[in-house]
Amino acid sequence: MKSITTLVTTLVVFCFLLLPASNAFSAGDEYPFGLLLVGPANDHGWSQAHFEAGQAMEKVFPGAKMLYIDKVNPADRAGITIPMLVDDLVSKGAKLIIANSDDMKDGVREAAMMHPDVKFIHVSGDDVITGKAEANLSNLMGRMYYGKMMAGFVAAMTSKTGKIAYLGPLINAETRRLSAAAYLGARYAWTKVLKKPASDLHFKVSWIGFWFNIPGVTSDPTLVAGSFFDSGYDVVLSGIDTTEALVVAGQKRKDGKDVYAIPYDFKGACVSAPDACLGVPYFNWVPGYTKMIGQAIKGNWQQEFLWLGPDWKDINSVKTSTVSFEAGNILGDKQKNGLAAFTKELAGGLNLFTGPLNFQDGSPFLAAGVTATDDQMWNLPQLLEGMEGASK
Amino acid sequence: MNVKRFTNFSITQATTNGFLIGALALGTVSLLLVLLGISPAAIGYALINGSLSSWLKFSHVLTIWTPLLLCGCGLLFTFRAGLWNIGIEGQVVLGAIGATFLLRQEYSTLPPWALISLAMFCSFVGGALWGAFAGVLKNRGGVNEIFGGLGLNFVAQGFILWLILGPWKRAGIASMSGTDLFTRELWMFTPHGWRVAPAALIIGFVVFLLTGLLLSATRFGLQIKAVGKNPLAAPLFGIRPDMTGLCAMAIGGGFAGLAGGLQVICVYHRLIPSISSGYGYLALLVVMLANYKILPVPFICLFFACLAAGSIQLPIVLQIDSSLSGVIQGACVLSALLVHGLRKRKKGAA
Repeated sequence: MKSITTLVTTLVVFCFLLLPASNAFSAGDEYPFGLLLVGPANDHGWSQAHFEAGQAMEKVFPGAKMLYIDKVNPADRAGITIPMLVDDLVSKGAKLIIANSDDMKDGVREAAMMHPDVKFIHVSGDDVITGKAEANLSNLMGRMYYGKMMAGFVAAMTSKTGKIAYLGPLINAETRRLSAAAYLGARYAWTKVLKKPASDLHFKVSWIGFWFNIPGVTSDPTLVAGSFFDSGYDVVLSGIDTTEALVVAGQKRKDGKDVYAIPYDFKGACVSAPDACLGVPYFNWVPGYTKMIGQAIKGNWQQEFLWLGPDWKDINSVKTSTVSFEAGNILGDKQKNGLAAFTKELAGGLNLFTGPLNFQDGSPFLAAGVTATDDQMWNLPQLLEGMEGASK
Repeated sequence: MNVKRFTNFSITQATTNGFLIGALALGTVSLLLVLLGISPAAIGYALINGSLSSWLKFSHVLTIWTPLLLCGCGLLFTFRAGLWNIGIEGQVVLGAIGATFLLRQEYSTLPPWALISLAMFCSFVGGALWGAFAGVLKNRGGVNEIFGGLGLNFVAQGFILWLILGPWKRAGIASMSGTDLFTRELWMFTPHGWRVAPAALIIGFVVFLLTGLLLSATRFGLQIKAVGKNPLAAPLFGIRPDMTGLCAMAIGGGFAGLAGGLQVICVYHRLIPSISSGYGYLALLVVMLANYKILPVPFICLFFACLAAGSIQLPIVLQIDSSLSGVIQGACVLSALLVHGLRKRKKGAA
């Protein structure tokens, strides 16, 4: 009897020792991950796109559980720092933390150093490239310049005045790249499709100072967008995280003005004013999150700088396409057909960051026929010739 | 005997007042939460759990407590002198700018500890000068310190934005994220497992003791009190109300400047646009809740710091906006003002 008891006990202990190695255990095990959102989770923009991708992860990976905190910025959460929030999320069991703003760069770097056992994904940063990242910190970003090219294309196909405005956030390499991409898309439609002279196209960029409105600190995006429309710009492309440009365009249309806007970041952004919305270039973070969180769960995490683009086979695929453009319901046949042809050209390898291109100050950027490298696009030092607005 | 009776009466009255304020604030906030369908017990648990359940969390509380205490101490001087130092936010900002200015200089011969000490001194000077400026505007220009201070807050905010987006911007990027991080040797020493620098705590304690000593046991403290009680009668005792007020503004500004310095050196390790974190305005509420007395200030600061640090649990755990902590703070202060107002009225009627 004693020997049977010993045998059974040994078997039970052995089974428990083996359990961590089995797939059944890892699939059912809980995997809490944290998500720090710079804006509100329901902003119809940048933060909501991340929030919804985080929710999707809970379905992709059984056991994954999202702990999120939104409005993580010094204006909304005075005195609360990124390391402080990370400490808290880690104390709640988070094994991986996603920080969704360039603004969090310093804090994430510090937190990654304090928690070497936790994995970090910093979205839109480049610490991995610059060598400043700890081994547990990776970067993720989408090649949104394709989406912005499509947005610029649709804007120029629609504009009657040839005056297109870009409501920019703050000035850095990323925002220069995206506004320049929108300009190149607009110029392509204006000169190659509509066959109009480039000199008749006006493309103006105004920077508000941050990714969203901070009263008393940034310029008010509602006022800036209103000022664009009042001074003859009939299409405003938004580069900020929130939808003020579209809301103002909707109001102006009610007042009888023939104006439009193109919001940014979130697939459902047009809902604020669908009758003024030409479409939206948006991020889908599901592919990037799936790859990185999946690696972390399986235990084969490796530090990466992921700059994911559209899946040209199916640009709207939630599973595979990180960047896309959702056309607005109000687009006419001419714009729709033009956009479809343009998308096909992009899929076929068209890159508008191809010379001859000059910088805004007239200095050469790319010689004729030369295409920009990833590094040249990532670190774009100036706006391009033909664009109005501050480069630095 | 009389003194003993008076002391006993004061303690009893203070306890009663504290109880009344607590009950009123708690009752009001609880009622509000119940009406909104939120459990007050769940909120209380989340706030306590988020601030006091571990040393790590409590050390986060202390990173908020220290600058808040410094601002509170600074305000005790100005309130005692009968001055409303609304400009304290700007003084925190100027202190932060002072510290950053020094840390950006390249003194290769000075060791980090000396640079940090000098930066703290610069933060005191920056805040003191900004506070004194509001005092000079009052004395020489006849500008009420409330309006002068408010105006200077806007100037300070504009100044810090200009520095961050202009001369002190990051390499190649003008970013609202602030200036470049200081090198690690210029961060105030924080032991492993701590989130607050011990030196910051020491500065907080020393400033508090100094405030108590200066205001309660020195001739200068008596002069400030005399000016605050009756600025017209003070000259009869050879006290110059304008100079005394100016000194109070400078000292108050200096302590607020130290808070700004700590924010730069210990918390953010860089200069950011909202470097004050609103601690100046919050300290105004602290001192009002303390009924302008010295002893309750550190405890109320601790309570407010717990609310601020614990409030991040509300969106994470309960999906409730963390601005609720601001509602609780406001309810406490309103309750205090109401209780003290009613007491005074009753006393006047008697």
